[in-house]
Amino acid sequence: MEWIDFAAPTTVSEAVGLLAQHGDRARMIAGGTDILVQLRGGRRSLDLIVDAKGIPELNEISYDPQNGLTLGAAAPCYRIYGNQTVADAYPGLMDAATLIGGIQIQGRASIGGNLCNAAPSGDSIPPVIVLGGVCNIAGPNGTRQVAAEDFCTGPGRNVLENNEMLVSINFPAPQPHAGANYLRFIPRNEMDIAIAGVGSSVVLDDSGQNFVSARISLASVAPIPVFASEAAASLAGKPVSDEAIQAASELAIEASSPIDDMRGTIRQRRHLIGVLTRRTLNNAVQRARGG
Amino acid sequence: MPGLVHVQTTINGDEVNFLCEPRQSLLECLRDVLGMTGSKEGCNDGNCGACTVLFDGRIVDSCLVLGVEAQGKEITTIEGLATPEGLHPIQQAFLENAALQCGICTPGFIVASKGLLDNEPDADEARVRHWLAGNLCRCTGYDKIVRAVLDAGQQMRQ
Ligand SMILES: Cc1cc2nc3c(=O)[nH]c(=O)nc-3n(C[C@H](O)[C@H](O)[C@H](O)COP(=O)(O)OP(=O)(O)OC[C@H]3O[C@@H](n4cnc5c(N)ncnc54)[C@H](O)[C@@H]3O)c2cc1C
Ligand code: FES
Ligand code: FES
Repeated sequence: MEWIDFAAPTTVSEAVGLLAQHGDRARMIAGGTDILVQLRGGRRSLDLIVDAKGIPELNEISYDPQNGLTLGAAAPCYRIYGNQTVADAYPGLMDAATLIGGIQIQGRASIGGNLCNAAPSGDSIPPVIVLGGVCNIAGPNGTRQVAAEDFCTGPGRNVLENNEMLVSINFPAPQPHAGANYLRFIPRNEMDIAIAGVGSSVVLDDSGQNFVSARISLASVAPIPVFASEAAASLAGKPVSDEAIQAASELAIEASSPIDDMRGTIRQRRHLIGVLTRRTLNNAVQRARGG
Repeated sequence: MPGLVHVQTTINGDEVNFLCEPRQSLLECLRDVLGMTGSKEGCNDGNCGACTVLFDGRIVDSCLVLGVEAQGKEITTIEGLATPEGLHPIQQAFLENAALQCGICTPGFIVASKGLLDNEPDADEARVRHWLAGNLCRCTGYDKIVRAVLDAGQQMRQ
């Protein structure tokens, strides 16, 4: 690694100023579990690392049943699943926060960093998308909001300009009779990169027997996390049934465009998307019914 | 001209001051700047856990923390476990259970186990195995390590 400077700003505007000054030669660091590996491996070269963790808004985890959750971009996984209220309100998000790396990694890694790193395999991205996450972005001209499904633009690329940063992610309050789940398939039990992953969320009617709406998102089967809107829309208004879930899983497979690589084949990944879509929808229904 | 950064931190209860390059990992600072070579470098990319330290009470891979981030923090390394009176119960249990062979992974396993047992001395086998998933050992096959940690938990409950 070449010489790199380190700055620890304490306000969003100070951080944005530093980013603006250095263009593509500066990047934020949250937990550092992606960026330090990339710098050390020579996959990235920078003049300045800007620490996100000294900025209060980026550490915030605040929830209320009306306005939902504001999750600071740099909040590490252990603080998210360690917050019982948040864990109870968003079990679908906990599925990912408890899955990323091992305990050491979870002591540092953030959901904001997972999203900004924009890996197709990022485990928190499908749950953030299906939970309706909205990204709060700050830049020199103020703030803007981008829906999580529009945030990643390519492998390792996102909508942020060089002088912009992710401040936080907002999640709407959970609706009544709603549930979500994320599952991935990996060759080991822990510590591996997903061959395929699926996040699903559902809202049921008062009887718990019919879908009102759903959202489905896929990991590791395209250059970016996939928002499978047609698969999800096919469930709206249908009774909860194996047939409806099977049909949605077939549409999810069609929304994927996997490749063959050392982790898995196209055929295996398509199969996995079907299985994981059915499982996560069934689990989401269980959670929506309060089970 | 770039300059070295002065870092003030607490390591194993003592106030420590050191100078480092901002790009240097906490692991490099411990080993190369401070001469504390108990924490090991296995992979240098977060996969093996040999460099595990307690960072404000949480286990982290010190290869994925920058030295400058140690400013104002409380760090515990493997050097901080034994006292003049004797080994820490986890160290003793590793010896008694023959939970090490080459020993490269051992400091990381012991510090990671401390991170668990300090808060949950009654952790069961499944919990111990899950907690230690970020620590790799290519010699022991893990069983003896898990048994040592369960034994140490029993000691620490008393
Ligand atoms: C051993 C190991 C196991 C792992 N296992 C998993 C896994 O199971 N699943 C998984 O999905 N990932 C895994 N990862 C990858 C990584 O831990 C995650 O992607 C993590 O969530 C990244 O978060 P971070 O806070 O460490 O990000 P950082 O490394 O700090 O940042 C990641 C990227 O986001 C940018 N960034 C961070 N914060 C901001 C911000 N506020 N504004 C703008 N840009 C920002 C950085 O500049 C950088 O480009 C693993 C990594 C390791 C080393
Ligand atoms: S050396 Fe840090 S995890 Fe392997
Ligand atoms: S004892 Fe050799 S790696 Fe664990």
